[in-house]
Amino acid sequence: MAVSTSPIDLSAALVLEPVAALDWLVILPVAWCICIGAVLMMIRQRGGLQPLIAIAALCVLVALDAGLLWHVSQDGPATMVMGRWLPPFGIAFTVDLTGALFALTAAVVALIGAIAAIDDINTSGRRYGFYPFLMLLMAGVSGAFLTGDIFNLYVWFEVLLISSFGLLVLGSEREQIDGAVKYGFLNLVATTLFLITTGYLYGVFGTLNMADIARKAASLQDTAPLVTLTALYVLAFAMKAAAFPVNFWLPASYHTPRIVVSALFAGLLTKVGIYALIRVSVMLFPFAREQLSLVIAIVAALTMLTGALGALAQTDTRRLLGYLVISGIGAMLAGIAIGGAGGIGGAVFYALHSMLVMTALYLASGLAARLGGGFSLATAGGLYRDHLLFTTLSLMLFFSVSGLPPFSGFWPKVMLVKAALDNGAGWLAGALLFTGFLTMIATGRVFLLAYWRPAPEGRATPQEALPVKALLPLLVLTVLSVLIGLLPETLLGLVQNAALTLNEPSAYLKSVFPAGSMP
Amino acid sequence: MEPVFAVLTGIFLTIAVYLLLSKFIIRMLLGVAILGNAVNLLIFTSGRIMREVPPVIGAGLDVPAGPTANPLPQALILTAIVISFSFFAFLLVLSWRAYSSLATDNTDAMRVAEPVDAQLPPLGY
Amino acid sequence: MKSLIFRTAAPVIVGVMLLFSIFVLLRGHNEPGGGFIGGLIAVAALSIYGIAFGVETVRRAIVFHPLAISGAGLLLATLSGLLSMVFHVPFMSGLWVYPVILGEEIPLSSVMTFDIGVYLVVVGAVTSIALSLEERGED
Repeated sequence: MAVSTSPIDLSAALVLEPVAALDWLVILPVAWCICIGAVLMMIRQRGGLQPLIAIAALCVLVALDAGLLWHVSQDGPATMVMGRWLPPFGIAFTVDLTGALFALTAAVVALIGAIAAIDDINTSGRRYGFYPFLMLLMAGVSGAFLTGDIFNLYVWFEVLLISSFGLLVLGSEREQIDGAVKYGFLNLVATTLFLITTGYLYGVFGTLNMADIARKAASLQDTAPLVTLTALYVLAFAMKAAAFPVNFWLPASYHTPRIVVSALFAGLLTKVGIYALIRVSVMLFPFAREQLSLVIAIVAALTMLTGALGALAQTDTRRLLGYLVISGIGAMLAGIAIGGAGGIGGAVFYALHSMLVMTALYLASGLAARLGGGFSLATAGGLYRDHLLFTTLSLMLFFSVSGLPPFSGFWPKVMLVKAALDNGAGWLAGALLFTGFLTMIATGRVFLLAYWRPAPEGRATPQEALPVKALLPLLVLTVLSVLIGLLPETLLGLVQNAALTLNEPSAYLKSVFPAGSMP
Repeated sequence: MEPVFAVLTGIFLTIAVYLLLSKFIIRMLLGVAILGNAVNLLIFTSGRIMREVPPVIGAGLDVPAGPTANPLPQALILTAIVISFSFFAFLLVLSWRAYSSLATDNTDAMRVAEPVDAQLPPLGY
Repeated sequence: MKSLIFRTAAPVIVGVMLLFSIFVLLRGHNEPGGGFIGGLIAVAALSIYGIAFGVETVRRAIVFHPLAISGAGLLLATLSGLLSMVFHVPFMSGLWVYPVILGEEIPLSSVMTFDIGVYLVVVGAVTSIALSLEERGED
């Protein structure tokens, strides 16, 4: 009855030797988030206890992800299989530098969001389940970054999507329901497209393990419809990431929930789409990516420009930031289109920068609304005179998102522009720089109207000084952005190594299929 | 058998897309339901079709006695069904809420989050 | 619903269905069945109870909030997977014990606790949706 009594040799299908303790780091971020999310779900009525548990748990998550990043950067990609089944039979979680970097940044963003939520989410929001949803969202996000199986990636997409629905309708105002309908249907179509493509992929390859697909894709290059598969994946992930022709759900919904939720979405959700696109197009089907690079480049340029122009046209600061998120997605797509260590490294770096800075900007717009009367640029004003520290932080973030030195937005843009020029795509480099210019005007307009301009006549300016507690999340993110801008060497080295592993995934394959276990 | 299933999947997808393109949420919901089934059929077909041999290992054996149907697509479909079911349930509740709080199921009329007559900011000061 | 026949029959039907759902859950290891389908049968039972006696009665009958139940299930399922850590085997490996209770060997496994977790998740999540829909139908 027990497995061990079987007379046949199991070593071809099952893991028989004990698992190294460090490899548990691969699965623990996900399992930890699910456990804490479940516990928080059980104590939903204890509004006072929830933030404490969630923040402590997210600190642990940051530590776990940092440990994972350290482990991966020291020993190369790490793999953990589910239920003892060896890949490609079982589901495998495989982490390389890209996944670990994304997971760590996501954990930092979530931690900041949880701290900011103490102020922003009231008792009824806590009862409704903000923190459990946040933990489950993090489970989905971490799972998507750490998994090594493409169907499993789909499952994590759905986990984070369902949790994001929960967060989006928190409060149930009419606006939110309106936004959630659009967000829900379009994201459902996108993930279904992802599933359809995965069905085709399974029909072609007969496997779902990413390392196995990458191994087989090289030999199937001439016979299998790899470009079709990749094009479908690009469309599905572009929809998730809100790239140009399929981006309209984002500005229709991201401004409706509580500001902390908007901030988390801006930092986490679209970047998961970008990560999946990088994983699929760069690691699995590099050949097809080259074929499609012109299409991706055009989409990238249009996304950047429509994003920046859309931001210029907005009155509501939250919707303006939504367009800036889209514009950033365009820059990452440009990196994917260019390819090579510079392009992919630039895309990864830009994604990490964008996760931190977009979250910070949304939080800043929330604080600005609290201090200066609403999100509309028509009524805002007078922030500079009353709140100098807050204004300074906001201005630094505006510079960072526009890609000016010495902030974190500068280096990825340098990498991308350099890679574009090296590849003879001068027009793409031009689009990148012009977008930076437009972004500067758009954010400058916000600064002019909401900060520099005196408060409109007749409005009673709330004179309360901002408590340090409310400024803390913003301060941490801004300091991180400045640190990355001033001391980029470590991160630059990491993202370049990450891009190398993606372009040449032999280390990744070796981690999944150690020599000798090949069928 | 596969071509028949491929055509059937195509018909399902056509209907689903047609319904999803409608303005009315209730039709879009029906489209979502059909879309889920279309995808399941697609995954099932791409796992290759085999008749009447369930992938069950008989008592006392270590490997199946002969070739069996591919069990993996069935596992994938089961997962996809669970997910699309929960999605459908969520969207159903959401649509109900939208219908009762926005008093319309016409997506063209849903402009609460994106007001048509938003106030313009001043061009200077 | 105000039908006398339905109100009289409902408790019996609900009891049988709940029992059946547990049966389906436990036979799921080697035969058709399992946590998900068992959970759905239990939800169907609770919905019938709700239609007969009102949503408030169901909420009182299940004691805990539906989402708390699904949280407990999620925790149980994840912990069944994490149990592997103690035995140095990969995540989610099936671990078995064969205790002899009253002269009968009862195989118990982490697979089964995982499935019970799934059952609870489904019961909690779908009941929560079904009850909120029924509540809207009432007013």
